[in-house]
Amino acid sequence: MNRIEEVFQKRKTGLLMTFTVAGDPDYDTSLSIMRALLQGGADIIELGLPFSDPAADGPVIQQADQRAIESGMNTDVFFRLVSEFRKESDIPLVVLTYTNLILQREIAKFYQDAANAGIDAVVVADLPYEEAGEYIGAAEQAGISPVMMVSTTTSPERLSRILSVKSGFIYLVAALGVTGVRREVNPEALRYLEMIKQATSTPVAPGFGISDREQVQEWFRAGADAVIVGSALVRLIGENLDSRQEMNRKITACVRELKE
Amino acid sequence: MRLNTRMGEYGGCFVSETLMYALEELESAYLNILPGTEFQAELAEYMTKFAGRETPLTFCRNMSRELGCRVYLKREDLLHSGAHKINNALGQALLAKYMGKKRLIAETGAGQHGVATAIAGAVLGLKVDVFMGDIDIERQALNVSRMKMLGARVIPVSSGTRTLKDAINEALRDWVAQVRDTHYLIGTVVGPHPFPLLVRDLQSVIGKEARRQIFEAEGRLPDCIVACIGGGSNAIGIFHAFIGDPSVRLFGVEAGGEGLDAKHGATLCGGRPGVLHGNYSYLLQDAFGQILESHSVSAGLDYPGVGPEHAMHKDSGRVTYQAVTDTEALEAFLYLSRTEGIIPALESSHAVAYARKIAPALKKDSILIINLSGRGDKDVETVNRYLEMGS
Ligand SMILES: Cc1ncc(COP(=O)(O)O)c(C=O)c1O
Repeated sequence: MNRIEEVFQKRKTGLLMTFTVAGDPDYDTSLSIMRALLQGGADIIELGLPFSDPAADGPVIQQADQRAIESGMNTDVFFRLVSEFRKESDIPLVVLTYTNLILQREIAKFYQDAANAGIDAVVVADLPYEEAGEYIGAAEQAGISPVMMVSTTTSPERLSRILSVKSGFIYLVAALGVTGVRREVNPEALRYLEMIKQATSTPVAPGFGISDREQVQEWFRAGADAVIVGSALVRLIGENLDSRQEMNRKITACVRELKE
Repeated sequence: MRLNTRMGEYGGCFVSETLMYALEELESAYLNILPGTEFQAELAEYMTKFAGRETPLTFCRNMSRELGCRVYLKREDLLHSGAHKINNALGQALLAKYMGKKRLIAETGAGQHGVATAIAGAVLGLKVDVFMGDIDIERQALNVSRMKMLGARVIPVSSGTRTLKDAINEALRDWVAQVRDTHYLIGTVVGPHPFPLLVRDLQSVIGKEARRQIFEAEGRLPDCIVACIGGGSNAIGIFHAFIGDPSVRLFGVEAGGEGLDAKHGATLCGGRPGVLHGNYSYLLQDAFGQILESHSVSAGLDYPGVGPEHAMHKDSGRVTYQAVTDTEALEAFLYLSRTEGIIPALESSHAVAYARKIAPALKKDSILIINLSGRGDKDVETVNRYLEMGS
């Protein structure tokens, strides 16, 4: 059992999964941000491996990707960063990236390198079920949990095919559109969560647009096993580039508040 | 998906899960609505009475004499809107209307596809939003004005490289948010399945006509066909009817920019396979898979990807892919204008430039067809600047 399966199995309350971009705004600050997330009480840390063309992301995360790439982030540096952080903590680590970065490293090598660095699960934003076969196989071979995405536009037939994959968790796209802060929880997505929960015992984590404590609580009440908060944290990074201390303090406070 | 999503090993559907719904819906329209007699009759009516098909196959007396072979131009520049893009825009817009969509979105580089979509939206009563990189907005100002006059909204894109690639990213982001009532009218043979098939089918009218016309004029197949390659739609459009004729040599001409060892947009000549914008094909990318910035004097060829069907034809060797530089294309722009009285688009000028290179090796009675994908009014500013720099 890897860390991601374990954390879901042992959970007593809903889990908070934070999303930030690796290397945003640079390697060292990124490490300190991960420490700040831990300190705030994050249960799972999801890291974006930045891609030049993040078509599933809104402007906040696009800018973070750009900052990270400009500061020298690439797949080699990413695995180095994760390995370094892994020495300090046993928290489950998830990567979110895009197909091309996995493909260019060679699929099997990517998952093996990820496992060696201490990653537990991999989400690929532009890899639907139909294209995912080889990637899922390589993940399982390396002891990594693949994570399938499901959206409110996913038909019941597709859903049952997607649920046939042994996912670490189901990533429920909680809002139509790209990542970014939304004011309210989409009721259609809440209903969709209920449908998935009835169909599977695999944990479900909604993400996209979830940004404050109230929304997080609403999702937990609806039965989410974990809730993913990204753009709200990434925005704090972007807004506090001139003071790293202030940035980290705000990130810890934000995570703490989301967890309350 | 009900069809094979691959062309050889290329193509596929690399999109977020939310968009799979729209692609399945589009594939179903491609299979069930597009071939229908009612749809085909209505499209044919728009193509002939509105867009101006068929387009002539013009024999070029002067150029043939100078180059020493029989040169023909397939005149897509004479279509309403001024480029082949209207073949695809009218077809997809009509399909979107049959599907009950209310709104069209499109990306554009040179602005020709944006103009074509704005025209199709206006005549079919659909709202149109066009995404365009702000660098392209500047270099294709005439087309920006045309789109606005046609009632479309032009949305500037300032992310990434601020050109066609980023306009496609932005269109995909919009589509995923409005997937139920919006059709993404992609402008070339790229994107996830079924777009490369759909756009190919809509553009293949070019080759069907050219095949019949060359038999009428010469009583035989041509020896060479030359077309420029941005995403590859005008090229596939003319090649498709000749793919099964091994005696016809097919040439795809990419944007060599400042040279293949410097900045360029020659994806097939200088790239390697990867995944971008929903499909697996050749890409300009670094060792890690980050997409590189492309460069071309011609906005319509300034793209680091290419359609998957071309990737397949490259690997099989059926089509030869080569590049010409910015300078060669600019020279060909002036050459065609002065020799034949036809001002070509800078994109199409790449095909003209390459034809000039291969013609000397051909026989006197060899037949060479150049696909003249568009007219050059939109490019006169760019060419003027080049002339001023040179003088
Ligand atoms: C006149 C013209 N030709 C060619 C192209 C390149 O596109 P494609 O390769 O899809 O034909 C464009 C694109 O904007 C264009 O405007």
